[in-house]
Amino acid sequence: MDIGTFAIQLLNAVQYGLVLFLVASGLTLVFGILGVINLAHGVFYMLGAYLAWWLTVATGNFAVGILGAFAISFVVGLALESVFIRRLYGRDHLSQVLLSFGLILVVDELRQMLFGRDVQSVPLPEWLSGSLPLTDVLNYPVYRLVVSLLCLAVAVAIFMVIRRTRIGMVVRAGAENREMTRALGIPFDSVNRYVFAVGIALAALAGAVIAPISTVFPGMGDGMLILSFVVVVLGGIGSVPGAAIGALLIGLIDTFGKVFMPELAGILVYVLMAVVLVVRPTGILGKREV
Amino acid sequence: MQPLSTRTHIALLAAVVAAAILPALVPDYYVQFAAKVLILGTLAMALNLAVGFGGLVSLCHAAFFGLAGYALVLAAPEYDEPSLLLTLPLAVGATVLVALVVGVLSLRTRGVYFIMVTLAFGEMLFFLFHDTPIGGGSDGLFLYVKPVLAFGETILLDLGNPVTFYLVSLAAAAGTWWLIRHLLSTPFGDALTAARDNERRALALGIPVFRVRLIAFVLSAALAGLAGYLSAAQFGFVAPQMLGWHLSATALVMVVLGGTRRVAGPLAGALVVTGLEEVLKYFIDDWKLVYGLIVIALVLLAPGGLQDVARLTGLGRRAGTPALKLKEANNVG
Repeated sequence: MDIGTFAIQLLNAVQYGLVLFLVASGLTLVFGILGVINLAHGVFYMLGAYLAWWLTVATGNFAVGILGAFAISFVVGLALESVFIRRLYGRDHLSQVLLSFGLILVVDELRQMLFGRDVQSVPLPEWLSGSLPLTDVLNYPVYRLVVSLLCLAVAVAIFMVIRRTRIGMVVRAGAENREMTRALGIPFDSVNRYVFAVGIALAALAGAVIAPISTVFPGMGDGMLILSFVVVVLGGIGSVPGAAIGALLIGLIDTFGKVFMPELAGILVYVLMAVVLVVRPTGILGKREV
Repeated sequence: MQPLSTRTHIALLAAVVAAAILPALVPDYYVQFAAKVLILGTLAMALNLAVGFGGLVSLCHAAFFGLAGYALVLAAPEYDEPSLLLTLPLAVGATVLVALVVGVLSLRTRGVYFIMVTLAFGEMLFFLFHDTPIGGGSDGLFLYVKPVLAFGETILLDLGNPVTFYLVSLAAAAGTWWLIRHLLSTPFGDALTAARDNERRALALGIPVFRVRLIAFVLSAALAGLAGYLSAAQFGFVAPQMLGWHLSATALVMVVLGGTRRVAGPLAGALVVTGLEEVLKYFIDDWKLVYGLIVIALVLLAPGGLQDVARLTGLGRRAGTPALKLKEANNVG
């Protein structure tokens, strides 16, 4: 592999890992802070892509599509939290699995009623559809770079909010010890709904930005859900830096796996997970005891 | 598990006899439907051995179910009857091997990690059959001739005959029920439920928790494989969806609906879920919307399953004595 191809694959791997991080960070936050395992997370990735397609086609403006998908999902997340998810706090995992399974069926069917079941593609505006010359013969699409930079910006924003703000302090305290945080009178429960809504909206944003690169199809959330779970298992539940490491690892392994051993690429991710389970069952940055 | 009273024994016997003569009384469609319920009920009872009695919420049992189905179709000669005696042990054996590996790895984790890891391994098997050519890819494979049990030239059981097939499914469900019940009455069963209720205490008592859980997990996978074998034989077709986690989740719905602390409960759950699906599909185009809402309502309003539904509708008021309620409340957690 020459250096140009390698650079392109590396850029692809990082871009894939960053998008995966957007989805997985929401999942890991919702579990770490709310204690809720949300299987319906992937369905919002799919919904984000359909919303972006629908808004872009309706308004003719791609930016509206992306921002609209994010905003709508955020509102949907707030509503879902106050109607359903709130009732799951403190319930056993089995109830959480079943309720989110029910949510998947409902959201999927609503998507079918609103947007149909066809495969769609999102057109890119002209200023994003060019490509940059990397070497004399190799080009890299501008849009993929924009996706990477956007995801990176969001990732930095997440870290800054969690590390540097008051809300982030509450979130960290809640992730550390829920009962103690409540007992100290910290307004932790009012932060919950925003954590859930932001998690959902991040998944939708990931789906929206990926829509022009991949196609938009009904089952696209399923694969992403499983991969995000693998990311969370790799990084450690509730750990955002862990999710970042896990997501980039998977991005690298999947992308280079497809280059070097295409038949086994689909399995490699799970082999990595099995190895981490043997060496460190609570994940790379997870707490020792679960 | 308490021993059954004589009255319950008689009631059980009557139920099995009634189920056995069902084919003589109803049209073919219902016999097939009943066989489907029994197969899914076997899967749900098997899953409940892990979920309800082992405290292990697994999301990969559909993968075991589908794997055994694929094993039957792949091992069957194309235009000849596959032998039941050969293909069934093969299918269940393959499931056991895979379940051992998955179990050893995922039982290193607890609680929500276990759910995620089993989900991931289950989907790995799904993608293995979906993306590679070993199982015909996303189109699936056909089983043209159904398995038979034959000695020499005499055919004892032909699974191609709907009534025979129904009776075999009935035997599988009854056998699964008996096996799990029996298992729970042994010291092994006590060890399994003790590990579920308090792992540290169980360890302190010297119970080899990991080994006990692994055995229960593998046995539950083997029984799920038995169900998957029968399902492939019934429909003569396997597709990757058979391994997908949506089926695992559906089986969990059956388990919760029937009650996680009853061995036969999931069988009742299978009857309700399968019947509901059939009715909804018939009357409503967007049936999954209604089905999803029912699942959500089940979790929020009736976490104890059919028992709670009966109480909410006022049907089972007799059963709602304070002592029982307390017991159920404990069971939900």
